[in-house]
Amino acid sequence: MLNIGLTHFLTLAALLWTLGILGIFINRKNIIVILMCLELMLLSVNLTFVSFGAFMADLAGQVFAFFILTVAAAELAIGLAILVLFYRNRRSIDVEAASQLREQV
Amino acid sequence: MIGDLLFLMLAGGLLLFASMVVLAKNPMLCVLGLVATFFNAAGLFILLGAEFLGLLMIMVYVGAIAVMFLFVLMTIDIDFAELKEGFAGYLPLGVLVAVVLLTEVGMAIWGGLFTVDHLAQPSLPPQSEAQNIVQLGEVLFVNYAWPFLLVGVILLVAMVGAIVLTHRVRPGVRKQNIAQQIARKVEDAVMMTTPESGRGVTAVHFRRKKSNAKRDEEA
Repeated sequence: MLNIGLTHFLTLAALLWTLGILGIFINRKNIIVILMCLELMLLSVNLTFVSFGAFMADLAGQVFAFFILTVAAAELAIGLAILVLFYRNRRSIDVEAASQLREQV
Repeated sequence: MIGDLLFLMLAGGLLLFASMVVLAKNPMLCVLGLVATFFNAAGLFILLGAEFLGLLMIMVYVGAIAVMFLFVLMTIDIDFAELKEGFAGYLPLGVLVAVVLLTEVGMAIWGGLFTVDHLAQPSLPPQSEAQNIVQLGEVLFVNYAWPFLLVGVILLVAMVGAIVLTHRVRPGVRKQNIAQQIARKVEDAVMMTTPESGRGVTAVHFRRKKSNAKRDEEA
């Protein structure tokens, strides 16, 4: 039987982070799912912090995971507020509908 | 042994539900996947000895963030199938980027860069054998007091920002003006009367004053 160590947790966090990146790429049109994938990536960072903290017997890991949790909540609140505004203006949440500021071709 | 088994179960669930978030067609399923992912992550945190953070995870993510997502999903009226178009087009690029990044991170992890011996000494070793939440409180309110306050400010700014962004003044909506309501006097009010013919509305004034006088006498 395998013995679970730091490497396993780090691998899991890396896999989760990659899934988040993949989600951002393949759901390019839907801002809501992109925000969810961002949450997944933040979760993987949290997992890394906590597992380092646990294996080094260091409480700073948990403290920083706590701060990241707060920042994630704040980011999401602002992100969803912008999303609601965007929907109100464009009647769509397609990322490609946000093209007013780019150079006209 | 039992820890290993738990880790495998929770890790498998985590990756499974995270894939559900990424791949599901219906955004409702994405939110449900997110909730399940966070439950599994909370289990992993508790397995790592971070009980408080694990429970906080469930409270914050499932109780607040998932509900916020659901709220927005229910509020806006969108054809999500349309947004899913071009899914296959972005897939090769996404997989390429994911594989490259995973290889890089994997080389760092499996190359033995992140073993505990290579790392610096812990900056904040646990001071006591107390429960996790007590230890965390001792560190958070002593060593990290200023960052803790700053995080509160960040939350405040986010709250104000979200309200300012989404609030709109709608014309044509009648609002209650409390100051005006309180400042209103009986003399300014409109009364329903049935004036007698030939006497007109002055009769109302006469009757009011008379009744007031009677009330003053009784008092």
